[in-house]
Amino acid sequence: MTLDAILASLFPGGHSVTTDDRGLIFGTASINGGRTANVIGVANRSPLGIDEAASLSRRVLELVESKADGPLIVLVDSDSQRMSKRDELLGLSQYLSHLAQCLQLADRGGQRTVGILYGHTAAGAFIATALATSVLVALPGAEPEVMDLPSMARVTKLPLDVLKEKAKSTPVFAPGLDNLAKTGAVHAVWDAKKPLAQQLAALLASVSGGDERDRLGRERGGRPKAAEVAAKVAEAAARASAGA
Amino acid sequence: MSAPHPDIPHVAEARNVDWYEASARHRLTTLLDHGSFIEFMGPTERVVSPHLDLFDLPKQFDDGMVVGRGQFDGKPVLAAAQEGRFMGGAFGEVHGAKLVGLLRAALDVKPDAVLVLFDTGGVRLQEANAGELAIAEIMRALLDARAVGVPVIGLIGGRAGCYGGGGLISGCCSGLVVSEQGRISVSGPEVIETNRGVEEFDSRDRALVWRTMGGKNRRLLGVADAYADDDVESFRAATLELLASPRAFDLDALKARQHMLESRLARFGDCSDAIDVWAKMGAEQPTGVPDLPADAFQALVARIAKEHGA
Repeated sequence: MTLDAILASLFPGGHSVTTDDRGLIFGTASINGGRTANVIGVANRSPLGIDEAASLSRRVLELVESKADGPLIVLVDSDSQRMSKRDELLGLSQYLSHLAQCLQLADRGGQRTVGILYGHTAAGAFIATALATSVLVALPGAEPEVMDLPSMARVTKLPLDVLKEKAKSTPVFAPGLDNLAKTGAVHAVWDAKKPLAQQLAALLASVSGGDERDRLGRERGGRPKAAEVAAKVAEAAARASAGA
Repeated sequence: MSAPHPDIPHVAEARNVDWYEASARHRLTTLLDHGSFIEFMGPTERVVSPHLDLFDLPKQFDDGMVVGRGQFDGKPVLAAAQEGRFMGGAFGEVHGAKLVGLLRAALDVKPDAVLVLFDTGGVRLQEANAGELAIAEIMRALLDARAVGVPVIGLIGGRAGCYGGGGLISGCCSGLVVSEQGRISVSGPEVIETNRGVEEFDSRDRALVWRTMGGKNRRLLGVADAYADDDVESFRAATLELLASPRAFDLDALKARQHMLESRLARFGDCSDAIDVWAKMGAEQPTGVPDLPADAFQALVARIAKEHGA
């Protein structure tokens, strides 16, 4: 789906969402019950660098300060983080991390953060946007990946051909929406043939509570151990603390 | 604090440990009060990665992550350390979940602090999807802990540095200690070179890597909040200093951070190299910064902070 088609289907009551020349999405929209949803995001498979991250975090903090109470929708079709000397020189990790923190602060303050992955995303950009929302949904055809295979080949010192072969059979490692969804990263894949507004309303009406991604990952078979390991460590910490 | 056991060397001497060379467990046990560390899900439990067999790779009984509790300056803390010598300290499913569990426990246990000793190349690519998601879960749990007033301090000075998602987690901490050897970055030198070419970043130019991503540049810019020598005692002192005034996780703190990040873009956005950044900061001999001994470097940090109020 194109961004325009997505916005039309999500916000039949009208919206003012636009994309700037850096590929950043900003705007507001009317949703069910006369409420206002705020919208940010990254479009056109644009990279997320220090300048872009700072613009997005500024907007999120303005919304927190204005005590906005509608949902905050984060639309994502991005490249990875911008891979450049300049961005790393000036501390990209801190800019991306700050954006994720602002999103979590907004969520804690009552603006439910909803990620909608409608295109590509990768690596640090994925963590700082889509994965930093309280609930992430995807549209069919979304293409999340942790790292492109040529970079993986360089880092793992494995031949690209071998990686491509393994990528076909190994969900925990291979790029793609189905594989990410199995780990629990994606709450649901929406039906593009049905109005997105209804699916958003149903999602917003559902109970939000805690980080359920490891439980989903266990149920879907993509992360067999994570939920149990986290729970056991937490229990051990509680026991040790009680006994201290 | 209890008196040191008579059979062990004096505590100060015991902390004369080279951070860069030490193992994760050695860093933790010497950083914390002597004999206080209790490990959770240690190697005897043999909780290993379920994914490495697919790549015929060796597993480790702790999956490269050590978590537990202990005392730090007499106060109860939870602590974690990554083993950079096992798969570059990379985040896999089990490795990441151990830290998720520790940080989630902080909500109930309410320790005086959580200490995270980073040593990581980022996501373990052989289990990339699980590792990526673990990083997102760690960030959420870490910020939840900070939101209820538990400070989380990150310590960076290991072989693997703090790359990829590790860099993003480190940025979520209440305070960050770095040594000269600690590198903090999202994309590693080789990844930038692979994607953008050697003209953009020559990963074999070690001086370039260090001055761009290394501890000195990170401390001068304010990516890290304190600078330590490459020994456990110095990391301990810097951590104590940061725990005296940890950054809050609230609107005011994030607005201050936003201001800092925007000011950095405005001041240094057109710099093409760390040398240019340091010259603009007012370093008298910017090309000499990498060779400055620790005390002279700390003096430079203090002078620049005073002049710019940063």
